[in-house]
Amino acid sequence: MLMKQVFKRIFYFYYDGFRQMAIGKKLWLIIFIKLFVMFAILKVFFFHDFLKNRFNTEKARSNYVIEQLTR
Amino acid sequence: MLANIDLSLVNWSRAQFALTAMYHWLFVPLTLGLSFIVAFMETIYVRTGNPEWKRITKFWMTLFGINFAIGVATGIILEFEFGTNWSNYSWFVGDIFGAPLAIEGIMAFFMESTFIAVMFFGWNKVSPKFHLTSTWLVAIGANLSALWILVANAWMQNPVGMHFNPDTARNEMVNFWEVLFSPFAVDKFLHTITSGFTLAAIFVIGISAWFLLKKRSTLFARRSMLVAAVFGLLASIFTAFTGDSSARLIAQKQPMKFAAFEGLYTGSHGAPLMAFGVVSNQPDTSKNYLPDIKVKLEVPNLLSYLAYLDPKAFVPGINDLVYGNADHSLLPASEKIERGKVARNVLKAYKEAKEKGDEAVAQTLRAQFDDAKFKSEYFQYFGYGFLNDPKSLIPNVPMSFYSFHIMVFLGFYFILLFGLVLYFLYKGNIEQKRKFLWLAVLTLPLPYIAGQAGWIVAEVGRQPWVIQDYLPAVAAVSQIDASAVQITFWLFTAVFTALAIAEVSIMTKQIKIGPKEEGGN
Repeated sequence: MLMKQVFKRIFYFYYDGFRQMAIGKKLWLIIFIKLFVMFAILKVFFFHDFLKNRFNTEKARSNYVIEQLTR
Repeated sequence: MLANIDLSLVNWSRAQFALTAMYHWLFVPLTLGLSFIVAFMETIYVRTGNPEWKRITKFWMTLFGINFAIGVATGIILEFEFGTNWSNYSWFVGDIFGAPLAIEGIMAFFMESTFIAVMFFGWNKVSPKFHLTSTWLVAIGANLSALWILVANAWMQNPVGMHFNPDTARNEMVNFWEVLFSPFAVDKFLHTITSGFTLAAIFVIGISAWFLLKKRSTLFARRSMLVAAVFGLLASIFTAFTGDSSARLIAQKQPMKFAAFEGLYTGSHGAPLMAFGVVSNQPDTSKNYLPDIKVKLEVPNLLSYLAYLDPKAFVPGINDLVYGNADHSLLPASEKIERGKVARNVLKAYKEAKEKGDEAVAQTLRAQFDDAKFKSEYFQYFGYGFLNDPKSLIPNVPMSFYSFHIMVFLGFYFILLFGLVLYFLYKGNIEQKRKFLWLAVLTLPLPYIAGQAGWIVAEVGRQPWVIQDYLPAVAAVSQIDASAVQITFWLFTAVFTALAIAEVSIMTKQIKIGPKEEGGN
């Protein structure tokens, strides 16, 4: 019961805070667009982890890097 | 190795990283400094109960919020680039970077993001003291976030507290405290955050000066200026001291960077400090084809004193570091390159012995990586083994030289500016000093230039290294298509430019609105 009250208070703290924002709404829009571009476009289409994508095991990754460093 | 590397890939990857880091650094320093200025202002409000201070706090808190919102997470792109463009490097340092960055994520980021909600939504909902505590925790959290990434950067400038594991080709942290409290890390953290404090103080002073010029909210402007000028003066003096100790460390651990930003080609006892100089476009054939420094203003012996606290000490120049100097036990770069190749060959032989299943040979070679003599005489120069031309160790001299001198000049100018602001506030005539107020407004972009110049000194000055002496950029880069890097370079340019424009336009609009009257006067 007490926990429920605490969560309710936290929820309304954020809910009222967001509702009363003036300039904040524009900022949140910018944040969401930015995060969308970063994680849904750049990360998905352009920034694959080079070693994780090519090799399945840590050993294969380390072998590849050693080869790169010693060839 | 060099023959197989596409230099356009290396250069585009470098350019992309530089672009991202420089744009990221447009947002960060203001967050670092303004969070503390706001905390000081709110402390005065809570202690005095004067609603004018609440009004002041809320205005600057709004600008802090705009900068925080637009800048937040821009640093994550750097981490994308580590994994995609710099995979050899990421692998090579993985265990060292893992701990500081994990701590940043868990401790600082959550602290910052939890209490920032209280800071913005909590007015009149939580007690004034709890609100104030949240504001201070946001400031501390923001600066702690910077601590961990700066520790990681300091390790790249001066790798300590690690051991190279030839089985995995990774460096493993053996002493966390040595990494955290290395003199490079301590100096870098203090110098960087105090430069952010200086920037934020000038930001507050510049905008307050604009209000005074417009004869709007003059009490608000004068009080804001007072807090910012005291904070800025202390921060900028501290920045000068940490800059001095940083330079001494660089002279010892990165002497090539030191020689490049001082424009010192030939080492000498009692080396002069070049207070001012003009670097020519023409290389000087008598000085190893380094760009000639035509006009110079030198202070005798001062460089030796600043570098080694001895006016007669020997300071090596670029030529001493490239060609060696037996009198001062400086190895020629060609010798370091040979030793680096020996270290690389041992790693290669170890890998081949393991693949062949030749355990006896593998164990003998493996033991070398734990041998102190091999480490100090050969493995210490591992990165040199990727280079062929000793001259490739020379960074871009004009860029290092100018960036360093611009940074130092502006640093002293800021100290003078803060001093004058305090003097005019004390005299009570700052509103009549209209030319000075315009100067304060026009100074606004200068700490951004100084901060960027500082990073150029730190990063361009240490080229070709990604990790000092252990890994040059040519060996750190991933074997990916250069055109992919070019595309993302232009994408980033567009995204970051849009963010910078959004920041300036939203801030300008908010500044024009000015502080709200709700706090009363």
